[in-house]
Amino acid sequence: MYNFEFEQPTTVADAVKALSEEDAQALGGGQTLLPTMKQRLAMPSKLVSLTAIDEIKGVKKDGDQLVIGGGTTHGTVAREASADYPGLAGLASKIGDPAVRNRGTMGGSLANNDPSACYPAALLASGGTVVTDRREIAADDYFQGMFTTALEEGEIITAVKLPIPEKSNYQKFEQPASRFPLVGVFVAKYAGGVRVAVTGASNEGVFRWTEAEEALSGDFSASALEGLSASAEGMISDIHGSSEYRAHLIGVMTKRAVTAAA
Amino acid sequence: MPKDSGIGASSKRREDVRFLTGAGNYTDDINIRGQAYVHFLRSDVAHGKINGIDTNAAEAMPGVVRIFTGKDFEGIGGLPCGWQVTDRHGEVMQEPPHPVLAQGKVRHVGDPIAAVVADTAEQARDAVEAIEVDLEELPAVINMKEALKEGATKVHDDLTSNLCYDWGFVEENKGAVEEAIQNAAHVTTLELVNNRLVANPMEPRVAVGDFERGTGNSTLYTTSQNPHVIRLLMGAFVLGIPEHKLRVVAPDVGGGFGTKIFHYAEEAFCTFAAKAINRPVKWTSSRSEAFISDAHGRDHVTKIELALDADNNFTAVRTETHANMGAYLSTFAPSVPTWLHGVLMAGNYKTPNIYVNVKAVFTNTVPVDAYRGAGRPEATYQLERVIDKAARELGVDPIALRRQNFITEFPYDTPVAVTYDTGDYGATMDKLEEMADIAGFAERRRQSEAKGKLRGLGINCYIEACGIAPSNLVGQLGARAGLYESATVRVNATGGLVVMTGSHSHGQGHETAFPQVIAEMIGIDESMIEIVHGDTANTPMGMGTYGSRSLAVGGSAMVRAAEKVINKAKKIAAHLMEASDADIELKDGAFSVAGTDKSVAWGDVCLAAYVPHNYPLEDLEPGLEETAFYDPSNFTYPSGAYACEVEVDPDTGKVTIERMMAADDFGNVVNPMIVSGQVHGGLAQGIGQALLENCVYDENGQLLSASYMDYAMPRASDLPNFEVDHSCATPCTHNPLGVKGCGEAGAIGSPPSVVNAVIDALNSGGKDVPHIDMPMSPARVWAAMNRASATGHGTAEGRSLGGASG
Ligand SMILES: Cc1cc2nc3c(=O)[nH]c(=O)nc-3n(C[C@H](O)[C@H](O)[C@H](O)COP(=O)(O)OP(=O)(O)OC[C@H]3O[C@@H](n4cnc5c(N)ncnc54)[C@H](O)[C@@H]3O)c2cc1C
Repeated sequence: MYNFEFEQPTTVADAVKALSEEDAQALGGGQTLLPTMKQRLAMPSKLVSLTAIDEIKGVKKDGDQLVIGGGTTHGTVAREASADYPGLAGLASKIGDPAVRNRGTMGGSLANNDPSACYPAALLASGGTVVTDRREIAADDYFQGMFTTALEEGEIITAVKLPIPEKSNYQKFEQPASRFPLVGVFVAKYAGGVRVAVTGASNEGVFRWTEAEEALSGDFSASALEGLSASAEGMISDIHGSSEYRAHLIGVMTKRAVTAAA
Repeated sequence: MPKDSGIGASSKRREDVRFLTGAGNYTDDINIRGQAYVHFLRSDVAHGKINGIDTNAAEAMPGVVRIFTGKDFEGIGGLPCGWQVTDRHGEVMQEPPHPVLAQGKVRHVGDPIAAVVADTAEQARDAVEAIEVDLEELPAVINMKEALKEGATKVHDDLTSNLCYDWGFVEENKGAVEEAIQNAAHVTTLELVNNRLVANPMEPRVAVGDFERGTGNSTLYTTSQNPHVIRLLMGAFVLGIPEHKLRVVAPDVGGGFGTKIFHYAEEAFCTFAAKAINRPVKWTSSRSEAFISDAHGRDHVTKIELALDADNNFTAVRTETHANMGAYLSTFAPSVPTWLHGVLMAGNYKTPNIYVNVKAVFTNTVPVDAYRGAGRPEATYQLERVIDKAARELGVDPIALRRQNFITEFPYDTPVAVTYDTGDYGATMDKLEEMADIAGFAERRRQSEAKGKLRGLGINCYIEACGIAPSNLVGQLGARAGLYESATVRVNATGGLVVMTGSHSHGQGHETAFPQVIAEMIGIDESMIEIVHGDTANTPMGMGTYGSRSLAVGGSAMVRAAEKVINKAKKIAAHLMEASDADIELKDGAFSVAGTDKSVAWGDVCLAAYVPHNYPLEDLEPGLEETAFYDPSNFTYPSGAYACEVEVDPDTGKVTIERMMAADDFGNVVNPMIVSGQVHGGLAQGIGQALLENCVYDENGQLLSASYMDYAMPRASDLPNFEVDHSCATPCTHNPLGVKGCGEAGAIGSPPSVVNAVIDALNSGGKDVPHIDMPMSPARVWAAMNRASATGHGTAEGRSLGGASG
């Protein structure tokens, strides 16, 4: 690790101010950023910890949506979203291990937008909204490819708003080493239709499998997916699986998510 | 009734109290006043020419004490290789130099180029980044087949080719084997890859070098399985320090698995640099560094043929293996694919004709050397896989086929140079069949199928050669060291004992098991005995711990030394009781005169030895301390039968191990709990190899699986509850304890049963898949079922010789 300054503001306003300095970076749970810094692959001049800002923590029901603070840990989501949004809570409960879940945050995961991260699938499948210190961004506009998002320099995710589906489920097929998803599929059924988001699979990061959405919107059952297959084009191919294998898993995981949806 | 002390008791591991309560003393816990820290600049390319190294900017960095490059080591020896193999044509192997810091060229990612010694570890690392190396990248050879082609890039310019040796064993058998294969009723052929592994002990390597100006003595603290071997190799061959001026200490060591046997550049560097700068120098490997600097294991590509007659008797085995040596010869690398692999190729079977060919190849990868089992897992895997394939091809029961060909009479001279002293392969197979409930398998399969899963049962046998080994034999085979073991038994005046052993414990539990033996011999409490190991200054010369040899060889030395002590104590007791030594008996901690009620306690005799007021001083020296060296007359041959039951998810290819059973013959067992623990650990690593672990280079020699993000280690949730048994004991006939060794069995015996089980599962589902290479990742199993490609470019397949199917 290189040397850096450290600040721990208690309000979003102070955090935004601290982040306006050149090369300052927000620190959520540190589960991605700190290992990167230890490997000397990142060298922020200042870390602005968001962990003392109470206004961006917590899970709240607001009408027909769930509002989750950007600083809320995966562990908290797993516990507190389980009644209203079991698909989301199930996803959170399977991220990493207890240590990771007790530190890592919703905001950190979405800001990082790892192509194999779990939360992006939930946000996209829910058709949710990212709330920042300065604006609101619809999920469909937020993700812009691997590790790339609509966030501007120094912009802080303060919350996400997720419309609560009638039924949902997340199926994660683990990469054997990291246990991140090799392929993860989030299925959410709303009165207006079904959304299916896929993570881990594509070179472009999280994406919606629209053919499956159409099929499922007419008939929410695994058999509706019979004959549908995701294309291997543009899928990740690495030492853990070929693009064909990932494409195949998308079909399998989608069926399983539909069958398990609650 | 199970015993509660002595041989056969499951005494609790006394060392675990300190390990589990944070009171251990590992090398990284050692900090010497004034110590400086070294950080190595390592090559990030697989092959390159060093045109220049500019250290000016780095030298001006804060805290920098001194920067070393290859130049500083020009007059100094390279890392020696401890084994010289002679090839099929009577030529000795090609042996390239292995410098401490690169001389002119780098040959693998991780090869050390320069070293910065600074006041703090962070300063050393900062300064390393300021070193400018003019490095000209050269084409790399990674694939062994490519490396052997005419005109291939050479890893070492001074060698004639990348072929280290072309070994034939037994060369005289070659013709008879060819003939037997020609005349066979059936020949089964299998090509396979024994995947490259990274040992990953929990504790990464650490070295602290110290030089005492006042005495001129050097000390190295290091994470080693064999401090005496390191002292000999480093002192005599690298740094030219006489052994009496050099002390090597390996304190608590957090796992070795073979990779901490070898003498490494960092050890020599820290010892050398401490003297050069007159300050202690410490190096602590990061996990990332361990991936590119610890010797790797396995990495064999093999073709095996098994010939059978019309009655399914094995008539011949022929194998051809390409064994990866990596860029340099690590300490014992040449012996692994030859003497630890070829001599095991008879397995448990009376195959009359066997021929083994091994081509050892240099590539631009990290050196490869012994890893838990070393050569024997590779032998077992190919043999037990080809037998299973033959059974499937012939439509016969795989257990019956094995039983029919078992060796049943002992001693048995194999056609591959070794003599098995004892064993009962039928007994371990009987035991296994009982444990595995083979009769109930059909019902379990039905239940799996009802859930949409395929279920498979795989079994295999294994034999290993442990307790290495007779020095005169290994000398003939090319070892440049003896392989005896030693112990000093020191009795204190008040009756307690200290055993100083040349063996080293790095998780095996010697501190518990060795005292059990002494307690049994004398009839005293185990707590009266302490084991001292790991420090060349206070232990007799010993070769260390590997090859499941500690109890069989080191324990035998201890028994011999204890016998000497007891014989002398009997003489003292005889004097005290005015009897003849021949009439003295030792039992339950007391000496008595046969046929009388005279008796004197163990402690009183010990006191007399050190306070010799009433003592036969004319005939006997005072004191009670003896040393023995023990050189075994043969290897020991643990054997067993293993079974694995898996479920395969046909939609994803994911394999789940449902049951894993091991029936082992370890000869006599000193501590059954420790033995079970050793088997459990071995099974975890064997299953790791079979399903998860894979060290993968891309075609340019970049390590793709360079962290736990991509190198899959087995976790508790990947493993079932193991069922292990070691009741089928045929004691070793040639060592005083009748023990055979148990440290590697689990890792040797388990991979074939896992693969056999997966193949069985797929075949039950109508998938005619003859073989899948390890690790059987979901992607590979799915691809095998669907004949599609499993993984993207730059995978292990890229290095194979056409043996791997995706
Ligand atoms: C062993 C292990 C296993 C894991 N397994 C999984 C898994 O299975 N699935 C999965 O999805 N993830 C997994 N993760 C990643 C984990 O979920 C991380 O916690 C998460 O990706 C990052 O969140 P964080 O709060 O730790 O962010 P940090 O590491 O602190 O920051 C990450 C990035 O986000 C920025 N950032 C942080 N908070 C905010 C904010 N509120 N607004 C704007 N920018 C912000 C930071 O500046 C940084 O660039 C794993 C991590 C580990 C260490």
